[in-house]
Amino acid sequence: MRDSFIRALTELAGEDPRTMLVNGDLGFSVLDDFRARFPGNYVNAGVAEQNMTAVACGMALAGARSYTYSIANFPTLRCLEQLRNDVCYHRADVTVVAVGGGFSYGQLGMSHFATEDLAILRALPEMVVVAPSDPWQAYALTRQLHARGGPAYLRLDKAQAGLPEGEVVLGQVRTVRDGADAVIFAVGGILGEALAAAEMLAEDGVSVRVVDVHTLKPFDAEGVCAAARACSYVLTLEEHSVIGGLGGAVAEACLEGGVAVRGFTRVGLDDLYPSEVGDQQYLRAHYGVDRHAVAIRLRTMMGLDTLVPSRHRKISSSVEPLAAGEERTV
Amino acid sequence: MNALSNAWFDTEDLALRLRRHVVRMCASGKSSHVGSGLSMADIVAVLYGEVMRLAPADPRWPGRDHFILSKGHAGACVYAALAERGFMPVETLDTHYRNGSVLSGHVNHKGVPGVELSTGSLGHGLGVGAGMAMQLRRAGGTQRVYVVLSDGECDEGSNWEAILFAAHHRLSNLCAVVDYNKLQSLASVENTIGLEPFADKWRAFGWSVAEIDGHDHGALKRAFAEAATGDRPTCVLAHTVKGRGVSFMENQVLWHYRAPAGEEFVAALRELGVADA
Repeated sequence: MRDSFIRALTELAGEDPRTMLVNGDLGFSVLDDFRARFPGNYVNAGVAEQNMTAVACGMALAGARSYTYSIANFPTLRCLEQLRNDVCYHRADVTVVAVGGGFSYGQLGMSHFATEDLAILRALPEMVVVAPSDPWQAYALTRQLHARGGPAYLRLDKAQAGLPEGEVVLGQVRTVRDGADAVIFAVGGILGEALAAAEMLAEDGVSVRVVDVHTLKPFDAEGVCAAARACSYVLTLEEHSVIGGLGGAVAEACLEGGVAVRGFTRVGLDDLYPSEVGDQQYLRAHYGVDRHAVAIRLRTMMGLDTLVPSRHRKISSSVEPLAAGEERTV
Repeated sequence: MNALSNAWFDTEDLALRLRRHVVRMCASGKSSHVGSGLSMADIVAVLYGEVMRLAPADPRWPGRDHFILSKGHAGACVYAALAERGFMPVETLDTHYRNGSVLSGHVNHKGVPGVELSTGSLGHGLGVGAGMAMQLRRAGGTQRVYVVLSDGECDEGSNWEAILFAAHHRLSNLCAVVDYNKLQSLASVENTIGLEPFADKWRAFGWSVAEIDGHDHGALKRAFAEAATGDRPTCVLAHTVKGRGVSFMENQVLWHYRAPAGEEFVAALRELGVADA
């Protein structure tokens, strides 16, 4: 996805000289071509994300079309107030690009997990929030974001859904698998796990629709409500905290849209800090956000399963506070 | 006077007017930060009255110099300068702090022509100013960017990120002005987080420094003229007195918060040459 974004941005720099990439000292080797071809459209702000964001904002206010680039939480949470007060309040044309959504940087540890970014960025007025599910989407949505203009947040995952190239429209959900018994809404590359879970459930005779919610804001409430209304059982899947992200957005849309679902389940990271070491897929499985967890949670919600492995039963509200010195076991 | 070029105001007179406005606005709005506005009135008067190229009839004129008040809590003084320069009617200043007004305590760009950046949280202005300076230079312009910071604000690490960046890129069209009045929120700067040797810090980071009396208009004008010819960003380290112009407010932390009322208001305006407030 990262390479697809850079390919789109390189094209955009050629087409629109106002394009400006303000880098946070990351992207070894992958930005070489961009820098070589467009040296005047590139600046490395160093390891200083507050200033990276402020500079990108100042450049945008003076006529540039700015992109900031870094990994995981560095271009978002580290400089959240610059995004809020400077970029969003001034509607500055800044697109924040984070590589490494969710557990993309698996073994690097919790500092490098973007697992609250969607909720936090979604709360900022003016901010568009996009998380493509495949490289071709990252390319297409980068171009659409440029046409629209910032403020925007583009979250790029390492994992990808693996779907063939198709049509994607900023702000409109995509139905990627038809089904009538239940619907899974997914955001980002983890859409692939939703599709795998739907395939597993199909073998049991359960027809599951899968909907790609690549744009969390502006949120396609109409598209979400239509799918939820048609399928009765709703499950949301995100490589992100269960608080405030896709699950929250879908729940809000359904309730406000008057959609009376028969069941609703959020699959995501529980309200805890992941400390387990492993790669992205390992961590997904460990924290109950992979295809197996989705299948089990959906079957349980639909009353098809009675036996549920304990680690998949826990929801955030049931997490007990830890005593001093105690460690969480999952 | 050309509407699209420097206005040559009597900056001493403009500074006096700004101080009267600040006192009136803080009194009528019962707002804080009167001392902060008085402290930087001369800096703002010199910039708005003489140094900056502005077009009040066309606030977004592309050839304008850019001004950012990073110490956003002193917004009253900037609103007053904008009104005196004709960006908005002077009467609008009476609405400061009122319900439904556009003039919030911390400087706000929404609904106020001439404000480039809304601030209020400290440590934001210099980085945005550096970005503006870089983009203006990149586009081949000669516009300059002025950012006024407080001294206490220099505790914010984000400023030092911007100071590094601006020096590295030799943003000679960027000028930071520190309103160095030696008082911050609760006590003196020296007793909070000391900044000295302050000028040396800026120099060591690669900036030109003009250390001057921030109430001396001649010194301010010379510093800004020199800054415009340099090959690197300039910090005008302006030694000032918080509350300057009203004797009982000078060098008192109390007047970071207190709004002048009753006798205090009358006495303050009398010191600023207004016989009957």
